[in-house]
Amino acid sequence: MTQVTQASFAAPLLDRSKPPPSGLRSWTGAEPVRRYGVYRNNVATGLARALAARFPVTEKIVGEDFFTAMARDYVLEHPPSSPVLLHYGNSFADFVAGFAPAASVPYLADIVRLEDAQVRAYHAADIASVDPQVLTRIAPERMAGLTFIFHPAASVLRSAYPVVTIWSMNSGEQPLTPIADWQAEDALVTRPELAVLTRRIAPGSTAFLLALMAGDGLAGAFGKALTVDETFDLGGNLADLLRSGAVIDILSEPPLEA
Amino acid sequence: MQLSHLPRQSGVGFKPEHFSAIREGRQPIGFFEVHAENYMGDGGPPHAHLRYIRENYALSLHGVGLSIGSMQPLDRDHLARLKSLCDRYEPESFSEHLAWSSHDTVFLNDLLPLPYTHETLDHIVEHVDQVQSTLNRQMLLENPATYLLFAESTIPETEFLAEIARRTGCGLLLDVNNVFVSATNHKLDAEAYLASFPLQHVGEIHLSGHAETIDEAGAPLLIDTHDKQVADPVWALYESVIARSGPVASLVEWDDNIPAWPVLRAEAQAAQAILDRARRPAAA
Repeated sequence: MTQVTQASFAAPLLDRSKPPPSGLRSWTGAEPVRRYGVYRNNVATGLARALAARFPVTEKIVGEDFFTAMARDYVLEHPPSSPVLLHYGNSFADFVAGFAPAASVPYLADIVRLEDAQVRAYHAADIASVDPQVLTRIAPERMAGLTFIFHPAASVLRSAYPVVTIWSMNSGEQPLTPIADWQAEDALVTRPELAVLTRRIAPGSTAFLLALMAGDGLAGAFGKALTVDETFDLGGNLADLLRSGAVIDILSEPPLEA
Repeated sequence: MQLSHLPRQSGVGFKPEHFSAIREGRQPIGFFEVHAENYMGDGGPPHAHLRYIRENYALSLHGVGLSIGSMQPLDRDHLARLKSLCDRYEPESFSEHLAWSSHDTVFLNDLLPLPYTHETLDHIVEHVDQVQSTLNRQMLLENPATYLLFAESTIPETEFLAEIARRTGCGLLLDVNNVFVSATNHKLDAEAYLASFPLQHVGEIHLSGHAETIDEAGAPLLIDTHDKQVADPVWALYESVIARSGPVASLVEWDDNIPAWPVLRAEAQAAQAILDRARRPAAA
């Protein structure tokens, strides 16, 4: 009697050049090729739909058929390694960037990156943000050395395309119209309470936030922002940052409460 | 070991799309069921939803990724994640499938079939023992929807499930749609399958919709899709089960093409009407 091992059952699910294992049967007596195909389809389509749930705006831009075909290719090349699919598709943006049929939509990979950041924010740990008033209690001479601890939901995305505008128009946040002013846009993604927020930020703010996220002190981050935008408004940017809920702690040496 | 103890009422699979409608008032729902793997993130709305459900309703935690039917060892990390969810939310029930979904390092995201032999039986029994001792609770094991058979199988599915329950003390989750799907796909009599099902071990019933296709020989091939209303023959089988078993916690699953909340609620109420008829003493 033929023993169908799970290895021999699993391999052709992802590699369609392999025939189904022998040892399977159907009451009709026919080789159950189509029946095995149900499992093949469940695996590829199920995982492609899991990606569609994570990247709904990407799907809207290219259409369901195109997205599913692209996602199925990705799934067969990069199947998940964990039964927790909440973060499945970490490498999907790089795949999309190299996916030849999508070359006419050069901003698509950045939309994937933005949606990836939004899903990470959605599932990030629940941590209270700092009170925006905290800065008013810090002596001016200690400001330069402050470092900021960011909420796990917060991230910055840089794009050479108007990624925030395109995303907003396709997610229904603003009307779908031709983009007259086609230029690079950066995004700040946060989740101050339970709602994920996506905001367009200026290049100086991007440099400032990326420096703070990398652990630079306030003075160092300010310096980096000035190299990008010599009119960078430190006070306004700090106030915006604290209001965004992206900061969970501010550290100073010696400690602020001392 | 904590026994599975869902209320003997109808329930529905919780979908985040329905959260605001559910929160508008007390719903006529005996319990909600969630897929455990969707609540394995760190925080955010999923946990806020689950906290609300837990505080207001009975809760069933239904795993779809443990791969109990795997011939390889269980994923200990995943079992630990399930334990931490059980400890945090204290569900009335935890259930999983008689199926496998992972092989080596790949998660295949489908409930794959296994041959029913003494060898596979021993493996499953070992895995169910491991799950129950890790979680310190009784689990329910669900009968699968299958699309093909294994030449090497020697044990009927109902006997296989009964033996697992007998040897491990686990309960069973009877998916009546899966019974109808498998019986159609293998040209078996669904009533006969249910007559031999060990109903005394059933702690929950699942109901859902399926799709109709044909196989390579032109024979009917039903697919367990969870994307529409429960089919009439499945309701009829359900009613005959309830008439024999008395009321059992009964869940309507609807995971794709998700309808508006009132449509899903109406499906649960249709199940509740059948449960209520079984509760009433027979008319003279």
